[in-house]
Amino acid sequence: MNQLTNAIGRDLPESIEGYGKVRPFAGAFATLPDMPRQAPKVKRALPSEQKLVEDIETVFKQIPIKDGMTLSFHHHLRNGDGVVNLVLAVAAKLGIKNLTVALSSVFPVHAPLVEHVKNGVVVGLDTNYMSGPVAQAVSHGLFPRPVVMRTHGGRARAIECGQLKIDVAFIAAPAADDYGNVNGVEGPAACGSLGYAIPDAQYADHVVAVTDHLMPYPLSPISIPQTRVDYVVKVECIGDPKGIVSGTTKITRDPVGLKIAETTAKVIKAAGLIKDDFSFQTGAGGASLAAAYYVRQMMEEAGVTGSFALGGITGYMVEMLEAGLFRKLIDVQGFDLDAVRSIASNPKHLEVSADFYASPFNMGAAVNKLDVVVLGATEIDTDFNVNVVTGSDGVVMGGSGGHSDAAAGAKMTIIVANLLRGRLPIIKGQVLTATTPGETIDVLVTERGVAVNPNRTDLYEKFKAAGLPLKTVEELKILAEKMAGVPESITTGEKIVAVVEYRDGTVIDVVRQSK
Amino acid sequence: MDLRRTMLFMPGNNPGMLQNGGVFGADAIILDLEDAVAPQEKDAARLLVAQSLKTVDYGTSEKVVRINPLDTFARIDIPAIVPCCPDAILVPKVESSEDIQEVARLVAVAEKPGQAQVKLIALLETPRGIAEAYRIAKADKRVVALAFGAEDYTASLGAKRTKEGTEIFTARTIVVNSAAAVGIQSIDTPFTDVNDIEGLVADTQLAKQLGFKGKLSINPRQIDDIHKVFNPTVQDINWAERIIKAIRKAEAEGAGVASLDGKMVDAPIVARAELILYLARLLGLAEEA
Repeated sequence: MNQLTNAIGRDLPESIEGYGKVRPFAGAFATLPDMPRQAPKVKRALPSEQKLVEDIETVFKQIPIKDGMTLSFHHHLRNGDGVVNLVLAVAAKLGIKNLTVALSSVFPVHAPLVEHVKNGVVVGLDTNYMSGPVAQAVSHGLFPRPVVMRTHGGRARAIECGQLKIDVAFIAAPAADDYGNVNGVEGPAACGSLGYAIPDAQYADHVVAVTDHLMPYPLSPISIPQTRVDYVVKVECIGDPKGIVSGTTKITRDPVGLKIAETTAKVIKAAGLIKDDFSFQTGAGGASLAAAYYVRQMMEEAGVTGSFALGGITGYMVEMLEAGLFRKLIDVQGFDLDAVRSIASNPKHLEVSADFYASPFNMGAAVNKLDVVVLGATEIDTDFNVNVVTGSDGVVMGGSGGHSDAAAGAKMTIIVANLLRGRLPIIKGQVLTATTPGETIDVLVTERGVAVNPNRTDLYEKFKAAGLPLKTVEELKILAEKMAGVPESITTGEKIVAVVEYRDGTVIDVVRQSK
Repeated sequence: MDLRRTMLFMPGNNPGMLQNGGVFGADAIILDLEDAVAPQEKDAARLLVAQSLKTVDYGTSEKVVRINPLDTFARIDIPAIVPCCPDAILVPKVESSEDIQEVARLVAVAEKPGQAQVKLIALLETPRGIAEAYRIAKADKRVVALAFGAEDYTASLGAKRTKEGTEIFTARTIVVNSAAAVGIQSIDTPFTDVNDIEGLVADTQLAKQLGFKGKLSINPRQIDDIHKVFNPTVQDINWAERIIKAIRKAEAEGAGVASLDGKMVDAPIVARAELILYLARLLGLAEEA
């Protein structure tokens, strides 16, 4: 088979069986849109028609759902989600085969999917992130077709531009009325924003709201409107609240994580970005959230009012909004109960869709307005390419989510990582799976020094003037290897088990079967 | 003079902490074989600390090991640790000049030929240790600092430990004075509530005011705040520069005494100004003269 080499030097086949023709990654902004938007089927509801049906099986029969269709789901219920398993159990019962599941993120709770693949009910998976038994099964070659891994913005783009054609969107609805209005802020499975479900509802041929909390008509607020919803199904339970949101997201107490976070805040200050109208995105874990703590201190000292915080929203960001440190929160996904409370009650806390958040092919996503994003990495290489898909054993354990989107959009993208994770150096000559291209990464912050991407000489000069502990990425790599040795490189099999798409739909890398 | 604004304890049986000890920017790190390590883990910790001294890069931090007291494992710790070239040994529960002299003798025996001389820091944490502070300070030329441990001290006194620290005021001033009397440093007791930053800053300010040159620390999160207190302020540096300028001018004019803002500038004031500028330059807070 003929080979292609993409812009970051990855060798790829011209075509991948079960995926199709490969468009190689050409650079973060090099591939232009050349298609019209996808248009879903136009339908109507007569005044006399009811949308409430008694169970999921009835929905399957009324649509009807057939072999080979694509069913989509959102991941706002995270590891508490009950809807995917409920729907696929019905598909299995009805003997339906060859389905593709388009689920924005896959969690350990989705383990029954493995059995559905073995039985031929499901043959394809389209997702932005996966962890747990499904991710392990993917790595071991369970699926007959390669899994498509996208970014959060890339999924919205693929739906809007017709590459991810959804037959039926099953929307887990924490609250719904009987005419199909849906929100995520009420009911036992309240999760806050429903941002990732919005493109599915807009573009799917059929939309089904699955709820355990039926409210009188009309529901308010409305996140997904009745005008796009065909059916409403009441079930006993759509999810386990314990797995959906955490009580409060806590800042790490790990001293190394805090050291990295503090250095990250100093990097942001040295770049001259702690000023009025500052905009910021950071993750909910480890050093990322702790960076918000130190950034907040600097904002308070400088008397600065930021413009907005973006992304997955935690209680800490809500506190900053309420303290007047940001004028707005732009929320595509909530992580804890404070985020749910805030989006339900504070008009300055905005719910936005995945395409508004991060799509590269619209007239401007929110990530484009970011000053700074702080992101993690499982590996980074000396070209600053980042892997967030596979772990140190070569097995899938994550995915881009919004990683590549925010990195592309922000004026300054910072990767925070422990130089040694366990006993392994995180800087490689080449990452096993490239997820986010190095050209969109500006700074790497570790506990033993800060490395600046050589194409950002402007930042280098500012950081030097501020006395930050600068090293080259190669120097940091050598430092780590001096302590821990050079890890053996991971050998994989030949079979391609997942195709990693960049946000514009080009292929940045593939995941091969783990041995 | 070595900076010891912060001396950070690291449990000697925690490989993760020992590996990362150098990243927090403490002036000294103390690899602890004593209180942080349970009796049944002493052997393992001793091996781990010895290996860490030989292999881990602690950057600019001074490498200090807190051994066990003489009446427990000090005689096993010293020959195992000293040849691995720590910069200093922190000797706990020192109560007499003989304690220090005995440790100094054991250290001298354990040192390899050509090895930089291992310094001693005496940790005073009993009423008797405080009473003997001056004799301990001058017991051996290896002693570079007295450190104060208030928890054991107040327990022996039968006094309640408070954040205000009234109960340790006398002991603190004795430690500072005894060290100053023989020209060595004094290091204050740790502030144990790691979540109370305001309390830490207030306690450190008090220590600095009393004359301590640094503070023991039990958590990396305390380092920056302690440094901020011990670092000369902009006002300190400006004042010191004006003093030095005034004395140079007086010297150039052949005047015996200088004055600034109507006050006489005498030798002790000049010495204090010089110390501030020395620290400021060491810390990169002021330009080289």
